[in-house]
Amino acid sequence: MPSCVNVDKCDGCKGKDKTACQYICPNDLMKLDMNMMKAWNQEPEGCWECYSCVKICPQSAIEVRAYADIVPLGGSVVPLRGSDSIMWTVKFRNGKLKRFKFPIRTTAEGSIKPYEGMPEVGDIKDQLLFTEAGKTLKKL
Amino acid sequence: MSLERESCTSSFCEDPQIVEIDTDILLVGGGMANCGAAYEVMPWAKKYGLKVTLVDKAAMDRSGAVAQGLSAINTYLGEQDPADYVKMVANDLMGIVRDDLIYDVGRHVDDSVHLFEKWGLPVWKQPGDEGKLLEQGGKPVRSGKWQIMINGESYKVIVAEAAKKALGDDNIYERVFIVKLLLDEKEDNRVAAAVGFSTRENKVYIIRANAMLVACGGAVNIFRPRSVAEGMGRAWYPVWNAGSTYTMAAQVGAELTMMENRFVPARFKDGYGPVGAWFLLFKAKATNAAGENYMIKNADMLKEYPPYGLAAVPATCLRNHLMLKEMKEGRGPIFMDTATALAELSKTMDEKQIKHLEAEAWEDFLDMCVGQAGLWAGMNIQPEEVGSELMPTEPYMLGSHSGCCGIWVSGPDDFAPAEWQWGYNRMTTVKGLFTAGDGVGASGHKFSSGSHAEGRIAAKAMVKFCLDNKDFKATISKSAKDLAAEIQKPFKTFEQFKNVTTDDYVNPNYIRPKMLMYRLNKIMDEYVAGTSTYYITSAKLMNRALELLTWLKEDSEKMAAKDLHELMRCWENYHRIWTAEAHLRHILFREETRYPGFFYRSDFPQLDETNWKCFVNSKYNPKTNTWEMKKVPHKDLVPKG
Repeated sequence: MPSCVNVDKCDGCKGKDKTACQYICPNDLMKLDMNMMKAWNQEPEGCWECYSCVKICPQSAIEVRAYADIVPLGGSVVPLRGSDSIMWTVKFRNGKLKRFKFPIRTTAEGSIKPYEGMPEVGDIKDQLLFTEAGKTLKKL
Repeated sequence: MSLERESCTSSFCEDPQIVEIDTDILLVGGGMANCGAAYEVMPWAKKYGLKVTLVDKAAMDRSGAVAQGLSAINTYLGEQDPADYVKMVANDLMGIVRDDLIYDVGRHVDDSVHLFEKWGLPVWKQPGDEGKLLEQGGKPVRSGKWQIMINGESYKVIVAEAAKKALGDDNIYERVFIVKLLLDEKEDNRVAAAVGFSTRENKVYIIRANAMLVACGGAVNIFRPRSVAEGMGRAWYPVWNAGSTYTMAAQVGAELTMMENRFVPARFKDGYGPVGAWFLLFKAKATNAAGENYMIKNADMLKEYPPYGLAAVPATCLRNHLMLKEMKEGRGPIFMDTATALAELSKTMDEKQIKHLEAEAWEDFLDMCVGQAGLWAGMNIQPEEVGSELMPTEPYMLGSHSGCCGIWVSGPDDFAPAEWQWGYNRMTTVKGLFTAGDGVGASGHKFSSGSHAEGRIAAKAMVKFCLDNKDFKATISKSAKDLAAEIQKPFKTFEQFKNVTTDDYVNPNYIRPKMLMYRLNKIMDEYVAGTSTYYITSAKLMNRALELLTWLKEDSEKMAAKDLHELMRCWENYHRIWTAEAHLRHILFREETRYPGFFYRSDFPQLDETNWKCFVNSKYNPKTNTWEMKKVPHKDLVPKG
């Protein structure tokens, strides 16, 4: 139901300061059942299948069952997101498998120094962005 | 500050905690535009001692239209002239755009792309240039004249990391949904505050600001989508875009422009996966069921729309127009002939290169539309063997992709004509209220990079605005308690009536937000040129829709919410109604068919350059509760050939 949570694998992010899927879902769909300590998708028809929850889950407990009103059952698309690349396993309904690996970033997560080596701000009255200080802007 | 666990579990449990914040600059939304704004604003803010605050309905790492990632950056100029970029955008949007705003994006956008690459976004390079940054002259792989290919799964994560570090955790409020702006009560036409609520805790936020950048994306699920069950989540544009940008600005009297414009992308059917790389990079052709290329077969139809149909790349709506002819006359399904394209390309390749090509084709989906890969997997579609169906989607409203609805804003002061600038770049007609990205009207084709750059443009202008208005102090007489009661009214309605029936979902005393949205979807689809009428409407249909919308607006007062999640849906759908109404009023006012393929007016089926080569602007008057519509003269700053 677009994203769905494996009951055996989900531990409700016990002992961690965040319920990862609930933290990340852009559409506020993932919810933690505090009694069961398991997460669930409270509004599957609002799921964009963006895979943010699947990628972030520390237990790999979340999968996506493609929209059942559109897609025949049996296929799956499963990511494994690492620090610099992502591996995808595509399983077709007929059982065929394809695997792909793509880079995701060239720097370590958390290592960005946004203002390192950047110029001081220039004149607030002109149209130059601060990183463009000293340049001549094109104009019509 | 980020929260994930919800501490308020029952509705209307107790009066909410009121959190009041005073800030100089408020950024509403955490997508590409406001990540750009956050990055640009902080060095200036530091110099001038200004406080900056950002609120996001979601978590910045994965919020906005780039949440899932992207496989390309669609606006990177490189050596090209921004004036040529203006020409392309103008033609694609059937002539009526603001050249000043587009040129402005064009001259700044590469700077943002260079930052992305520096921060860690992998950009594809030409053989021999691997490892050489764009800024150092590295040649990108272009999928089109303006587009460059990236490995963009973590695009938003990277851009958000820089923005969050720039702002600092203490200035960021995630999971706070701003639903309403407030005008100042002393100074006329002057924004003063924004109010909203946490979707995790029972807290209402009142944030007073000197300047505000409202950039919360476009509008999705205004129209009934083609898939109405689980699949309605698979909107082409992000399903959480609820028209909040346009509605909140309109409600405080900001002038809107080109709200008649919409975008109906022709995409892979149902999965709505991207076709750009297939058309541009892999040179695939789209055909009708008989294998005929409808762009060649129906080429004469383009001649009816000079000059827009005659350009090297005809306007996007006209390409739809030619496809729709085949569909209407029963020659569907329309197919993207992926097999022939890949076979052609692989003729000159060895096995390793072919494998790489196949991976590139899949990456296009896996980076930005995994759902389409899921569809191909479930339907055993291997693109080297069989083609894949194409279909024009339900209509979307946006100002940053290939659409241009939005808010009328001031242009750059170094070259915008006098009537298009009033002191602060990207400020709306309401003092202190700025917008960017999907919010700025008459200026499409910014995409992710242009939205980031535009957020930066607005950010600098906001700093200037704050310096020029140092002594401003917001005056709001409405009490915090009354504001909170207004925001939480759907809770109260639910609590009051939930026990009247045995099932709290169906109840004569209220309407749940989901049903309200379905009703809006049905009205817009059937009367305002949705998919079920092949995008056709008329004054008579729209006037009937206005009656139905009036009742819907009345009923929105009776929305009920059982928890914070549903309260969020109530406000989103309320925003959707207003955006839908603005869209309708603009189409009704413009008595021509400006965008054949996006919508048709059966009562005015022709493009009418003589009478309608102009902007349509509208303004809601909060004092009289009426809409004023007007024509605004168009002007070419870049001569169009």
